[in-house]
Amino acid sequence: MNPVLVMHQVRGGYGDADILHGVSLTVNPKEIVVIVGPNGAGKSTAMKAVFGLVKIRDGAILFEGEEITGWKPDAIVRRGISYVPQVKNVFAEMTVHENLEMGAFLAKSVKAEAFERIYTLFPDLKAKRNALAGSLSGGQRQMVAMGRALMLNPRLLLLDEPTAGLSPKYMEQIFQICRDVRDTGVAILLVEQHAKQALAFCDRGYVLATGSNRHEGAGQELLNDPEIAQMFLGG
Amino acid sequence: MSGLELINFYVIPGLISGSIYALGAIGITLIFGILRYAHFAHGDMATLGAYVALGLVGSLALSPWVALPIAMAITALVAVVLDRVFYRHLETRPKILTVMASLGVALMLRSVVQVVWGVDPQVYSTGIVRAESYGGLMLRSRELITFATATGLVLFLMAFLRYTRWGKAMRAMSDNPELARLCGVNNEAVTRLTWVIAGALAAAAGFFLGINTELNTMMGWSALLAMFAAAILGGVGRVEGAVVGGLVIGLVEELSVLVLPSQYKMATAFVILILILLVRPQGIFKGKVL
Amino acid sequence: MDTLGLLNYAIFMGVLIGIYALLSLGLNVQWGYAGLFNAGVAGFFAVGAYLSALFTAPPVPDRIMGWELPTGVGWFAAMAAAALIAWPIGKVTLRFRSDYLAIATIGVAEIIRLVLRTEDLLSGGVRGITGIPRPFGDLPYEWSQLAYLGLTWGMVVVIYWALERQLAAPWGRMMRAIRENELAAAAMGKNVEARRLEAFILGAAIMGLAGAVYVHFMRAITPEAIDPMMVTFLVWIMLILGGSGNNRGAILGAVIIWVIWSSSELLTDRLPAEIATQAKYIRVFVIGLMLQLVLRWRPEGLLPEGTHVRRSS
Repeated sequence: MNPVLVMHQVRGGYGDADILHGVSLTVNPKEIVVIVGPNGAGKSTAMKAVFGLVKIRDGAILFEGEEITGWKPDAIVRRGISYVPQVKNVFAEMTVHENLEMGAFLAKSVKAEAFERIYTLFPDLKAKRNALAGSLSGGQRQMVAMGRALMLNPRLLLLDEPTAGLSPKYMEQIFQICRDVRDTGVAILLVEQHAKQALAFCDRGYVLATGSNRHEGAGQELLNDPEIAQMFLGG
Repeated sequence: MSGLELINFYVIPGLISGSIYALGAIGITLIFGILRYAHFAHGDMATLGAYVALGLVGSLALSPWVALPIAMAITALVAVVLDRVFYRHLETRPKILTVMASLGVALMLRSVVQVVWGVDPQVYSTGIVRAESYGGLMLRSRELITFATATGLVLFLMAFLRYTRWGKAMRAMSDNPELARLCGVNNEAVTRLTWVIAGALAAAAGFFLGINTELNTMMGWSALLAMFAAAILGGVGRVEGAVVGGLVIGLVEELSVLVLPSQYKMATAFVILILILLVRPQGIFKGKVL
Repeated sequence: MDTLGLLNYAIFMGVLIGIYALLSLGLNVQWGYAGLFNAGVAGFFAVGAYLSALFTAPPVPDRIMGWELPTGVGWFAAMAAAALIAWPIGKVTLRFRSDYLAIATIGVAEIIRLVLRTEDLLSGGVRGITGIPRPFGDLPYEWSQLAYLGLTWGMVVVIYWALERQLAAPWGRMMRAIRENELAAAAMGKNVEARRLEAFILGAAIMGLAGAVYVHFMRAITPEAIDPMMVTFLVWIMLILGGSGNNRGAILGAVIIWVIWSSSELLTDRLPAEIATQAKYIRVFVIGLMLQLVLRWRPEGLLPEGTHVRRSS
């Protein structure tokens, strides 16, 4: 099967300084791939590079075989990738339903079917559809953010630390939602601070350090690697 | 003083000037909330709108009420052009530079009005309009129309923001600009739309100011402080806040005459502004604090 | 104009330029050092002018004060009064972005204007305040003018020197650090709000001093003498054109803009009466346009900050 996303030797950063020094990774269809690594490893930057938010000076990014290096975010959204930022990822002063509508902004007209799909995935949200997103709990907000990102039927979902600041209970719930989303046919690439839990739940993982690849493999395989456990996971 | 007198002499004029402030404050609050800077040329934009209507009344012999929508459209266009020429290139620089540019634009707009129409006070139509009694309430027809039109414009705008695709895009941009861009909202289109609305409403504010009193070239600048106070009192970014804020400022200004010399009417807006910044800077409707 | 007349005019201009240079230096402390937007420069100027006048002018019935105190006391009072008005305004608004300060200062200037126009007890009504003493006022006219020119520019030099010292001191370095990166400065434990308030008050005091220097030069003042919008705006364009953050730039801007402004007035005064009034407003338009052009094409001004004061990096 052809990979959904290929990042090949990507080098770049925000200003003149490079944060990524040749990062490569692959996401296959129906796969949850997680990026872990110590603080400042360039995890979030690698993800933002996919979404056109980083200046890329070298390397290439391919989505479904087409090169998207240097594209603008809205073109990338249209192409089939959605991105959920780590913070401020909902419209706090708009209702849950309006948040979902904004997710489909590029579609001009929104089909009722799309809302149904999201509300089936996140039953909690259906009851809260007219509540302001800012009034929801952290976990529910994360659902709104993911629901918003899924409105346009993307083939790849980018999640930047979706469990940051959430209780273990919610973390498990978010991971379960990720699996459900994957089972609907969406590939997921996510950055995680909680490396142990994330590696345990993902299909494959990449370990990044100082802007380069260090290790890659199946989640459990990485967890069992004593070197990784010592380097990044605090024993 | 009887209750009816209080209403006729203070409350009604307060509500009239309050609705005028509200129309100006809506534009200020939208610009503050979406584009994120204080627009100091807003009062003079209102002055320009009022004089454009005067020009239409004078040259085409239109009724002022017919001239109003045309003046609103022209001022909206002027607002879009002003943004293009003077504000947009400052987009990536600190916002305070745009505030400064708008102070310069205020001066430029005013001097254009002064050159074209002169500095003497003018009116849309001469003659005294008698107030009619509605069960003791004394109202002039222009006051009724001012109130009705302002209400209509506000309701229309609120419906637009609530139910239409671009209205939601404007709210999204005000709420969380980065996320709005990630959703594919075109920043430029929202900016243009904001200026169309702000320009048209400013023109309406200027027109009503002119038709209820007289036109002079300082009228907009003099109302600017009240409009800003209204926008901040209501909560920056909140249209309903701007309306409530405008009405409160208008009423307090008129009622202040009961305890203060009338020359200090204008100072009440300032006092309210300082008080709200002290006790509740996010305003009545919990707007933004920049 | 004969030579003597020309010379007198030049001296007159020189004094006014010096006064504007003081205003521009005051604004530079607020905007150039601390990034604070004061849209009410004229208000602080007017307060300084009136306070010094009331302290030093002879008493008249129906007006307060008139204490005939020495001019130096008046100047000091002018600075103190402007600073005293700046303090609460800064205290309330400096917690927020500079837009709020700008709105509040417009309000302050407006209220100061209202008070002066309304309270005859303060302003002497339509007659205004007259008989304000001028240092060296007893000398023959030309010499008196010349001496006052020296005094005005002496003040400019003193303020310039004091500000440069202040800028080189830890206080100035801290100010720049705050302006360059507020978050980093706050993280380093520098009290951002207090430093900004100091800058705002110091700038206002200098503006008050400018008002005092002005009023003793004119020897009389009426509420109409100060056009708030014009004074404020001219000072802004002076500083932006000259180079905000650079004290020499602030002075240079004052010289250039005042020369353009008043020579264009000479020009429009020669026009036939029918178009002379319109020409007056066209001048204002051009000044407004000039600000836009500077902001667009030379935002750092003629003398950018870096050419004079080395940024500590």
